[in-house]
Amino acid sequence: MFSRDNWQEIFETIQKNKLRTFLSGFTVAIGIFIFVVLFGFGNGLTNTFNKFFGDDATNVFFIFPGRTTVPYQGYKANRRIEFDNSDLADIKKDFPMFLEYITPRISRSGLVKYNNESNNYTTRAVAPSHQLNEKTIIMFGRYINESDIQEKSKIAVIGRLVGQDLFKDKNPIGEFIDISGSSFKVVGVFQDDGGDNEERTIYIPYTTRQLIEKNTDKIDQIVIGFKPEIGYTGAMAFQSSLEKFLRSKKYISPQDKNGIFVRNIADQLKQNQQLAVVLQWIVSLVAFGTIIAGIIGISNIMVFVVKERTKELGIRKALGATPKSVIGTILLESIFITTVSGFVGMMIGIGVLSSLGKSLDDYFITNPYINIGVAIFATIVLIVCGGIAGYVPARRASKIKPIVALRDE
Amino acid sequence: MIEIKNLHKSYKMGSNSLHVLKGINFSVEEGELVAIMGSSGSGKSTLLNILGMLDELDEGSYDLDGVPIKNLNETKAAQYRNKFLGFIFQSFNLINYKSAVENVALPLYYQKVGRKERHEKALKYLEQVGLKEWATHLPSELSGGQKQRVAIARAMAAEPKVLLADEPTGALDSKTSYEVMDLIQKINDAGNTILVVTHEPDIADMCKRIVHLKDGVIVEDKKIEQVRASQYV
Repeated sequence: MFSRDNWQEIFETIQKNKLRTFLSGFTVAIGIFIFVVLFGFGNGLTNTFNKFFGDDATNVFFIFPGRTTVPYQGYKANRRIEFDNSDLADIKKDFPMFLEYITPRISRSGLVKYNNESNNYTTRAVAPSHQLNEKTIIMFGRYINESDIQEKSKIAVIGRLVGQDLFKDKNPIGEFIDISGSSFKVVGVFQDDGGDNEERTIYIPYTTRQLIEKNTDKIDQIVIGFKPEIGYTGAMAFQSSLEKFLRSKKYISPQDKNGIFVRNIADQLKQNQQLAVVLQWIVSLVAFGTIIAGIIGISNIMVFVVKERTKELGIRKALGATPKSVIGTILLESIFITTVSGFVGMMIGIGVLSSLGKSLDDYFITNPYINIGVAIFATIVLIVCGGIAGYVPARRASKIKPIVALRDE
Repeated sequence: MIEIKNLHKSYKMGSNSLHVLKGINFSVEEGELVAIMGSSGSGKSTLLNILGMLDELDEGSYDLDGVPIKNLNETKAAQYRNKFLGFIFQSFNLINYKSAVENVALPLYYQKVGRKERHEKALKYLEQVGLKEWATHLPSELSGGQKQRVAIARAMAAEPKVLLADEPTGALDSKTSYEVMDLIQKINDAGNTILVVTHEPDIADMCKRIVHLKDGVIVEDKKIEQVRASQYV
């Protein structure tokens, strides 16, 4: 069945029936191509999700104060909740087994000036451990440290783009900038993967901010990093006991959803990853649909090919072709065409994916790729199905009596 | 060479059964050129199809070159067809995407003859039918007479025991018909056994023996003085 002569006969048939060859080959190639590209896009979407949420640390809670909506323990509704330094100390004292770090965050936006350059930036007043939860990377100088907090130093760590805006090519370290009327010494420049907005931020010690704001001890938000080893369930347990503790400390009803808010990055991340997985599933489903469509396409073409060749097969049988050689001719031809065109479709698909590269970043598709194994598997599935699709009509054709086939005009 | 005894064949047409051949006794010696005549519906094509193993007999026996032809499976029938028989059809039945020489070489392909030898043999037979210069042409580029000559070359290529021709001149004008018959006579002169199914008396007269079929039985079987086709060409 696999002799050189056989192949030559098949190649001749393929060469001399170009339209037929093209049609079946095209169906398979386009099927594999679309599969590869769609699957790659699915992976690209997943990559985008991972990139969006991979920028910050994932073992983090953000706690925001809100306004109560339920009267509780003699307090009226619509009371504004505020956090202060004692809350930080209490959490630190009560949850040592969960807590990795804790930092307040007081965000203010204001005009920042250096010489003749000025612009509006967000200033975050934080503790040193804030560096961990934002994964802030220091390019030059240093981050805020404990002695800055103790001494309420007027120092600032500026984002890379702040430095670019205000200082141009000049080294900003050691220079003084004016933030909403107070002068701060720049001690560090940082970069952040979170995007341009993150790099247009300025960090100062939270104690300094409190001093400027009439020596208050109020803080806006509390950011808590928990120990990664407590895991997802540990984090959820920590979150609920932390919430309970703060509610009782601030006299907020357990039923009041608006008193305080806790944003759990781990929980969010999990949901987002689930969304990405669902998306990948949908895309895969569409991709497999394409493969199925390809299989149906090649099946139809094989039925048509056998029908078209009925007379020829009758002649061949009259000349002494055995049923086996009739099946072999059709089957080998179809397998050869599907293999070659499947491979071509796969290579073009992979080529398109790798040439797209970053060009689809705007459409939330980052670095689309397909696992070579998956692509080859899909191609083989299509080849096998093409073979089966060819075998059934070929078997029927091999059983047609030559006399019937020859009568078929 | 061919030995047929009490051959019956009927076709089922829905609930009715059509009895086509009703007990044929018939034998052919080596080197004969036999015309099988009869009007349409007389059963002559059915007889030829059974002789060609393209159809199965219901009753009776059929021996070809001493080999009983009975209950053959598809593969066996294909091998016997290839070894014993060469077919010439009314509608030529050339494969339209293969050139003349490739068509002639096809039975040799199924005899597992090597490619080069196949090609040489095919060319030799094409030369015998006078179409060597047309070897690379497709059937669509040939005239009707040329197509039939390619088909004859193809039937001969496998060097069969018997050539079976089903209305070989049915699709040709009379001049071309005589040319084809001239070729068939020459092949017969070389010692080949040939059966020709025809309904044209002038074609039948060019054979050596005429078998007349009517309503499924042989009504006449006579040896005749052969009319040479070459005098008309």
